[in-house]
Amino acid sequence: MSLIDILTMRNELLLTFMAMILLIIDLNLNHAQKSRMIPISIGLFLVVTLIGFIPQPDRTLFGGMYHTNGLVQLMKNILNIGVLIILLQSVAWLRSPANSTKISEYFFLLISTLIGMNFMISSGDFLMLYLGLELATIPIAALAAFTHFNTKSSEAGIKLLLSSALSSGILLYGISMIYGSTGSIYFDAIGASYTNVPLQVLAFIFFFTGMAFKISLVPFHLWTADVYEGAPINVTSYLSVISKGAAAFILIIVMFTVFKTLAPVYKSMIYLIAVLTMTVGNLFAMRQKNMKRFLAFSSIAQAGFILLGILGTNKMGMTSVVYFVLVYIFSNLGAFGVVAAISAKTGKENMDDYDGLYLTNPKLSLLMMLSMFSLAGIPPVAGFFGKMFLFTSAASAGYYWLVFIAVLNATISLYYYLLVIKAMFINKSENPIAAFQSDGYTKVGLMLCALGIFVLGFWSQVYEFINNLSFGI
Amino acid sequence: MNILTLFIVIPVLTVIGILFTKDLKQSRLVSAIGMTAQLILSGILVYLYMTERSAGNMAPMLFTFDVLWFPALNIHYAVGVDGISVAMIALTGVVVFAGIFASWNMEFLSREFFISLILLATGVFGFFISLDLFTMFLFYEIAVIPMYLLIGIWGSGPKEYSAMKLTIMLMGGSALLMVGILGIYFYSVPEGGQLTFNVLEIAKHQIPVEMQRFLFPFTFIGFGILGALFPFHTWSPDGHASAPTAVSMLHAGVLMKLGGYGAFRVAIYLMPEAAHEQAWIFIILTTISVVYGAFGAIFQKDLKYINAYSSVSHCGLVLFAVLMMNQSAFTGAVIQMISHGLMTALFFALIGMIYGRTHTRMINEMGGLMKVIPFLGVVYVIAGLASLGLPGFSGFVAEMTIFFGAFEHIDVFHRVATILAVSSIVITAVYILRVVGILLMGPIKDHHFDHLPDANWYERLSTITLVVGITFIGVVPIWLSDMINFSLAPLMEKLASIQLPGM
Repeated sequence: MSLIDILTMRNELLLTFMAMILLIIDLNLNHAQKSRMIPISIGLFLVVTLIGFIPQPDRTLFGGMYHTNGLVQLMKNILNIGVLIILLQSVAWLRSPANSTKISEYFFLLISTLIGMNFMISSGDFLMLYLGLELATIPIAALAAFTHFNTKSSEAGIKLLLSSALSSGILLYGISMIYGSTGSIYFDAIGASYTNVPLQVLAFIFFFTGMAFKISLVPFHLWTADVYEGAPINVTSYLSVISKGAAAFILIIVMFTVFKTLAPVYKSMIYLIAVLTMTVGNLFAMRQKNMKRFLAFSSIAQAGFILLGILGTNKMGMTSVVYFVLVYIFSNLGAFGVVAAISAKTGKENMDDYDGLYLTNPKLSLLMMLSMFSLAGIPPVAGFFGKMFLFTSAASAGYYWLVFIAVLNATISLYYYLLVIKAMFINKSENPIAAFQSDGYTKVGLMLCALGIFVLGFWSQVYEFINNLSFGI
Repeated sequence: MNILTLFIVIPVLTVIGILFTKDLKQSRLVSAIGMTAQLILSGILVYLYMTERSAGNMAPMLFTFDVLWFPALNIHYAVGVDGISVAMIALTGVVVFAGIFASWNMEFLSREFFISLILLATGVFGFFISLDLFTMFLFYEIAVIPMYLLIGIWGSGPKEYSAMKLTIMLMGGSALLMVGILGIYFYSVPEGGQLTFNVLEIAKHQIPVEMQRFLFPFTFIGFGILGALFPFHTWSPDGHASAPTAVSMLHAGVLMKLGGYGAFRVAIYLMPEAAHEQAWIFIILTTISVVYGAFGAIFQKDLKYINAYSSVSHCGLVLFAVLMMNQSAFTGAVIQMISHGLMTALFFALIGMIYGRTHTRMINEMGGLMKVIPFLGVVYVIAGLASLGLPGFSGFVAEMTIFFGAFEHIDVFHRVATILAVSSIVITAVYILRVVGILLMGPIKDHHFDHLPDANWYERLSTITLVVGITFIGVVPIWLSDMINFSLAPLMEKLASIQLPGM
């Protein structure tokens, strides 16, 4: 294996180096200098993100365990952009006195999980997939319990850890059955030899259940709300955007390659889960008062829409899913960014606290409105295009009633997204959140979101670019 | 640049301009300039359109412009107009112009108000010029969503409830529409061809009849909800009553017409077979709309509710006419859309102006207003007479043509429906004259109203613009119906060419 081969794993390697460097630098800083970690980490991560955009040829390593191609690289880049925005948005929170000694831990843990996700997306067999998944999950549990003096946060950590362990167990059981029935763990080999015997169907169900935990599809979503509420906001946004996005990416790749012969079997199952996920997520989101819980349930509903693209089982379906996740990253991070900025300044996290926000903080309110519209799928912002293309791919497979249910759900979701807009723009408040200025990092993070929400929809080249890399069954 | 694209560019530029203004005076000035430009542009478009046609240009759509937007899905930004869209654009231009002047004194968050209002108008203009179903749908939603903020922030009464109800119901309509549009897209061309969203391309082929049967109700009801189709009209009275003046004007005047226009341009034009088969269901529903709306108006005490119900009735008539599917009825439908658009905008403008003076909209609390505010009173009577279909105003031309067309059907079902619908004219006369009698005639009930100021210049400008429109169509309808008739040719050809089972 030559050096060039090793460099194929540049994303993973760079992130690993970065994590190490952060730890070493941290050792040499005294208490008062810890806050220097923030610009250093963000700067390093920006470099990694930019390097990710340098094109590289498709290549396979370790006899097929690890592979990379344009689509995989694109997915990694999408995640990197999302993480970059999250890092920018966490600055205000990291600077609070309670976190002053733990700054580099935050970055280290976050980057560790990202390494896991990168390996997971690049995996060419189930072993690598499982390793990546575990590496991605365990540090998040630590992150969720980051404010360990807060009971809810510790609770979130334990809950996440336990439910992840359970789901990993189920997933692993499924993988073992796949290995047992096909004699291989390599995606290519399994894909070629899958014959849909009952054991293999069962294996798929176990595998899918494991992944459904990660994406929090109904009925495997029960951990979501508590964990999202307890974890620090930036970790919540990481969980709901990056973690979910990465799992959706690998799920669609595996469904379209390994389990492609199973497509006629799994379609009805996914149909049902999609309907359940959208509906349950929406019905629960309606009643939430805490912004974090609210966004948690809304993100469950959003995950249901992703399944529509998988149901399309064609090139358009994959393009739509990747595009939707890209758009979703910007829209959801826009919403989370505003919640984080307000929470860092005032500690307020309830929807009632947002009453009259527009009169005091118009820019934050406008960004929040854009994000809400984008999440609800209202034109002309990007979310409309994301949803529309998912619906199109489901319709291309003839699922008109599912599309109808999905659009109705989008309408229901509009109701609760409008509630936030109503609080900010229409409701009057005796003591609204006072006008405040965010720090530079947060501003840049929020502006990136606003830009993404505005531009991605009209900029059809993005969709075309993804479409050229995608594939169907 | 293509002249039609200007219809989107000018409002967008106006919005950007308003962003840089500081107070009410500046933002209303910028809006007025922008929308005057838009009105002039509409005039130019009408002129150019007439010139082209008289020069013998027979293309179904003029001034077409087409850019590929999403190549993978063959989504285009495709625009083009025929006589019907030109007429609708001109209507929108007039109503938006009048709307800006009707909200000349919007003190609270004025910048945001004008931005939302003009965004709404952008959506409407975009909808009327679109030839591509995708962009059409996009503009449709752009037109609907600012309503939430406009009613929620600047409305009155139970504004939060009404705003939410309106938005959710209309978005529910667009859910149906989305299914319809996607279905049309996937059956737009025979097996193996390049799928397309372009209306003209789709019209060249026949969508399989089984699919039409499935898709037509989605599409028609989807548009019908915006056109206040019974029983999906309930957003309309609440929404109109809570909305601020300019928004009621725009909404009843223009936005509800999106429903009629869409039902006609998409549902009937692309799926004529299914339309023929299923028309009876919707004829029943629209007849109920027409009669029920008119009866509803009789029992209301709030001026805005009266007009909202009368809009349900009149917009029901548009859909009723569309379903009759013959040349006269179609012509009538389009004239009715324009006539009702102008008329109802005028009504809502007047109600807003009266409310601004008396601070009540309950007709029982007012009386004898003709003596104190003669200008507004007279205009109100004109609007009322136009609304009940007096010859010389637009309403007469529209209703006459519609019922003429409807009566061409000789079977019992159509005859009965038509006769029932005709009865709405009488009921309309009842509620219009009742309001005029109580509100304007008789002694002045409340002596706070003794010295109300009459209309000032911007109110006069706003109302006179609309009155001119109404009278113009009433006196020279031939000009408008020529424009429409010519544009109906492709649709009539398509209707004539279909093979109907059992006919």
